[in-house]
Amino acid sequence: MSIYAEYANKIPKRVIDEVKDGVPESISESKLKKILDECVREYESSMVEAGEAVGLVSAESIGEPGTQMTLNTFHFAGVAEMNVTMGLPRVIEILDGRKSLTTPMMEIYLKKPYSKGENIRKLALAIKGTKLRDVASEFSIDMAENAIRVLLDKEKMKEIELTESSIGKSVQKSIKAYNVKLEDGMLALKSKSKEITLNELYKMKEKIKSMHLAGVKGVTQVLPVRREEEYIIITAGSNLKDVLEMEEVDATRTTTNDIFEIESVLGIEAARKAIIDEVFKVIESQGLNVDVRHIMLVADTMCTSGSVRGITRYGIVSQKSSVLARASFETPIKHIINASLIGEVDYLTSVVENVMINQPVPIGTGLPKLRMKKQNEN
Amino acid sequence: MEEEKPVNEEEKKEAVAEKKQERIEPQEEYVYKQVKSIVFSVLSPKLIKKMASAKIVTPELYDREGYPVDGGLMDIRLGVIDPGLRCKTCGSKLKECIGHFGYIELARPIIHVNFVPVILSLLRSTCRDCGRILVPKNKNDKLIDDLNKVEEESGLEERRKKIKTIISGMNTINKCPHCKARQQKITLDKPTTFVENERRISPIDVRSRLEKIPDDDLALFGLNPASVRPEWMVLTVMPIPPVTMRPSITLESGERSEDDLTHKLGDIVRINQRLFENINAGAPEIIIEDLWDLLQYHITTFFDNSLPQLPPARHRSGQPLKTISERIKSKDGRIRHNLAGKRTNFSARTVISPDPMLELNEVGVPREIAMKMTVPERVTSWNTEFLKKFIQNGAEIYPGANYIVRPDGKKKKITDETKETALEELQPGYIVERHLMDGDVAIFNRQPSLHRMSMMCHRVKVLPGRTLRLNSAVCNPYNADFDGDEMNLHIPQTEEARAEAEILMEVQTQLISPRYGLSVIGCVQDAISGNYTLTKDMSVSRQEAVELLSAVGVTNFTRLPKRDSISGKEVFSVLIPEDFSFKDEHAVISDGKLMEGVMDRNLLGEGSGLLLRTIHKKYGKDFTIDFLGKVFRLGIEVLFRTGFSTGISDTDLPEAGKLDIKRVLDEAYEEVTKLIEMYENNKLDTFPGKTLRETLELRILEVLNKARNKTGETVADRANQKSHTMIMAKSGARGNLLNLAQMAACVGQQAMRGKRIENGFSNRTLSAFKKGDLSPEARGFIRDGFKSGLTPAEFFFGSMTGRDSLMDTALRTPKSGYLYRRLANAMQDLRSEYDGTVRDASKKIVQFAYGEDGIDVSKSENGKINVKRIIGSVIG
Repeated sequence: MSIYAEYANKIPKRVIDEVKDGVPESISESKLKKILDECVREYESSMVEAGEAVGLVSAESIGEPGTQMTLNTFHFAGVAEMNVTMGLPRVIEILDGRKSLTTPMMEIYLKKPYSKGENIRKLALAIKGTKLRDVASEFSIDMAENAIRVLLDKEKMKEIELTESSIGKSVQKSIKAYNVKLEDGMLALKSKSKEITLNELYKMKEKIKSMHLAGVKGVTQVLPVRREEEYIIITAGSNLKDVLEMEEVDATRTTTNDIFEIESVLGIEAARKAIIDEVFKVIESQGLNVDVRHIMLVADTMCTSGSVRGITRYGIVSQKSSVLARASFETPIKHIINASLIGEVDYLTSVVENVMINQPVPIGTGLPKLRMKKQNEN
Repeated sequence: MEEEKPVNEEEKKEAVAEKKQERIEPQEEYVYKQVKSIVFSVLSPKLIKKMASAKIVTPELYDREGYPVDGGLMDIRLGVIDPGLRCKTCGSKLKECIGHFGYIELARPIIHVNFVPVILSLLRSTCRDCGRILVPKNKNDKLIDDLNKVEEESGLEERRKKIKTIISGMNTINKCPHCKARQQKITLDKPTTFVENERRISPIDVRSRLEKIPDDDLALFGLNPASVRPEWMVLTVMPIPPVTMRPSITLESGERSEDDLTHKLGDIVRINQRLFENINAGAPEIIIEDLWDLLQYHITTFFDNSLPQLPPARHRSGQPLKTISERIKSKDGRIRHNLAGKRTNFSARTVISPDPMLELNEVGVPREIAMKMTVPERVTSWNTEFLKKFIQNGAEIYPGANYIVRPDGKKKKITDETKETALEELQPGYIVERHLMDGDVAIFNRQPSLHRMSMMCHRVKVLPGRTLRLNSAVCNPYNADFDGDEMNLHIPQTEEARAEAEILMEVQTQLISPRYGLSVIGCVQDAISGNYTLTKDMSVSRQEAVELLSAVGVTNFTRLPKRDSISGKEVFSVLIPEDFSFKDEHAVISDGKLMEGVMDRNLLGEGSGLLLRTIHKKYGKDFTIDFLGKVFRLGIEVLFRTGFSTGISDTDLPEAGKLDIKRVLDEAYEEVTKLIEMYENNKLDTFPGKTLRETLELRILEVLNKARNKTGETVADRANQKSHTMIMAKSGARGNLLNLAQMAACVGQQAMRGKRIENGFSNRTLSAFKKGDLSPEARGFIRDGFKSGLTPAEFFFGSMTGRDSLMDTALRTPKSGYLYRRLANAMQDLRSEYDGTVRDASKKIVQFAYGEDGIDVSKSENGKINVKRIIGSVIG
């Protein structure tokens, strides 16, 4: 189909694809051309005009429905799903660029035999991170011998397929100052140094409770779910890097809702896409209609510097070139002082500074300038 | 005032053209200068003295006659705040003189609080003997290169961070690489005392050490020697802000009340004077030290009175003084309140009320307002007579005028006395400020102005009454209702402003939302119910049809079929253009005739469906706005004729229906009891990842919700389908079937945080229940409907969730407001450029094409190009 190729540079691919799908097979060349020409005309007439304050429009488009979003998390009765932050708090969390999420979550897609449900439970359990606390039934301190005793729960160990010796080994590996021994179903940690206070012992006891033994670190809950003909695993807690390294996992589709993890594992472009998807998901789930372009623009401003920056005074706003624009947001004194130290010059290229000194803003109708030759009067 | 005084660099020396005195030539204020940039720097002692027009030597303010003392803080060389006085520096009167700085000579150097962190890092990383930076010479250049690279790559903020790490690295060096002197550890005793080896470094020493640092070493600290020398951060002279920025107010009793800053400055000058005297008298060191510290305190609090380590300086009444930092900071500070926030004249505000007979782009203005708000109109030889009529009427009779403005800018009020002279002198070039009239442009606004449709341009329609009137179809974009809402009206005063308002802001130009590319204006409430009733199965006589249509504003009835009985669909079709065809899942329109479908919210409502969008695309904005107005009025007219009201009897159910509902609920209760039994006997299968108890709760919730939905269905089936409540719910005008079911049958489970009501007492929700009761009624299931009435416990549970949702709204508003402010602040200077890219203020590219394809959402159809429509139009 060479006709389509002709138009490839004139209209977005999506439109061409839609035309391809929409026209009947038998369409004549001239009619198809007419349709495509009409598309070009339509496309060109709906382009943004130069000078349009696209940023502000996007901010409005996301900010305005924000008032209509619910604050609390609602999850629907009876549906066995993970409890995820939704609504306004989630949007704030994403746009803030917060490093730690309230509910990190992964959706793990699996490769062929596993995605059909083979060994799904076992696989899920293998992904779930196990801590010492999960397989122990009791922790105690033996003051006489300066030792910590951990009573292991056989049943739970069996479920996760851990043996006493393997637990002992991995405990020993991470704790050098103690000798780990197995004593009939009990793990005994004995201090190597004689002089150890009770306080230190107690701290150590608390520390080993959350020691990582098996599975993927950081994953606290797993939930195998059937989604459209295939099984996937939803997890609470996220560790994209380790999960992607697993053989059973389909690395092309597996995702997390932790944007920083995506950034460090997959790069900034992926992080941008993740921001768009996550924000869009929330807005959609609230039944609101916001065009993706607005979310894209927000994601792009967050990512242009090469790393994800939140929309806060420490993030994007601190990157602005204008002193007054920064000062008008938050902590004005700090910005003015720092500016005076390096003799910063504000060239008044953005909006607020010009508002402050009563000059037209360089946006929209304030953009074009008129130049006129001065006529000699006499 | 402060150390970083903005210095304006005016450019462009286009002088105003000299004008010849023919008649009275216009003397407008041409803006011929433009601020190109603002430079920030630290004031040097030299500059402070240079820019000062007075040296302040005495803390006294006024002499016995109440005249400002020379050399006092209110010295008239610093500007005037009293009417009648003239400024001694510039000779101008009150309001003309912008004020002038003064200065005081400090007896001993004082550290400026805001620079303390900088001073500390300077002291720590320079040699205490030779003043050189504690970096070997060869490394210095390399570090600077690194810094420049960092700045180039990731901006100023990153550079600052890098500098911080470099400086913290220098703290550990204890030998100067230049003169080999040993370095001591320097700590900061907050807020302003520097301590070296437990010995205090006096500000004199601090200053002398800072003086020793050579210019070349400053770059590493991120200081620019051209704009700041480190020793300037220790004050030896202090600028006194002009009186115009700290005006005193005269109280009713005739007493003067001075500004906070003046109070503070008075303290500073007094202590400074005392310190001078003591030093000259050779007082003991302790006394001098004490006074010095006191002076330091006063100057510190003069700059910043909210430091955590210092007790804030207070008024006599005990409330803390508002000094310089507090004046600039925060929402009510200078920057956000006065500089970024502007006020305007020519604006009005009152309560709003609806008027469906107005066009969508009109606003009804009370005559009282119309007579106060004026439009300047320039007199030309063509409109002199027209404008004279207004002057004739004067300010008191309605279409009148309040002022005339002479070409030289003199403004004259029109009164009965001045009327005659005004009429005589009126000639082309004059401006008449006439009353607001029908058809004038006005900008209408409702706060919170969350999107650009919150400010739209309307045409004025002067009406009797005392409220601003608007068509209720435009409530949606403003998010307005009439429960006491107030709105603002602004009258643009220049031709440019009027043109922009008309072309860019008028209601019809804002029809398509830039948020989702569909119409933001649609029919609401009665207009939907009316059109629904009309197009559902109504039929009217020809006469009635003509009456209806003419009430709506249609004058051409040729499109009505020539029959006696006309269906509602045919009446509606008269409004649709003859060549319009449309098809979607809700309706079919072919060649201007509504063939199938009923006009409901899905078709006419705001932000839903492509019907309105398609009409807009095909026939343009002006037609659409007219069409919407007509459809709106048609709906209301229909209801006007048929009558429309709801009552509690609308929710009446036949006996069989009530039994049905009882049966459904009884079954659900039984099932829940079974579930609880299974739970108690540990027979319940747990959901993965959930505890037994959580599983039970989920199962119960599921059962109860199912039951409630079933009752809803019963109600939908059994209730009177013709009742007006039902019509509203079905058409989407107001309410939904769930609301109806809640009234007629069962309110349902009250859930908090997605769970049933949890225990508030020990092991029970309310003291009326048994402990450990897990049954539906003890956990917030409301079995009754609103009509039959709730039991006390049910009512209590209902109010719990009610309160919860109130709290939710109260907490959400400020949160989303802050998010919005941050977004707007971060993105306000992004714009699309002529080359199609999106760039920020420093021309950095953010997107190569807006939204990846460059399509403006407000020109799209729900964010897309409607390919289907194009194909349809070509193929036919």
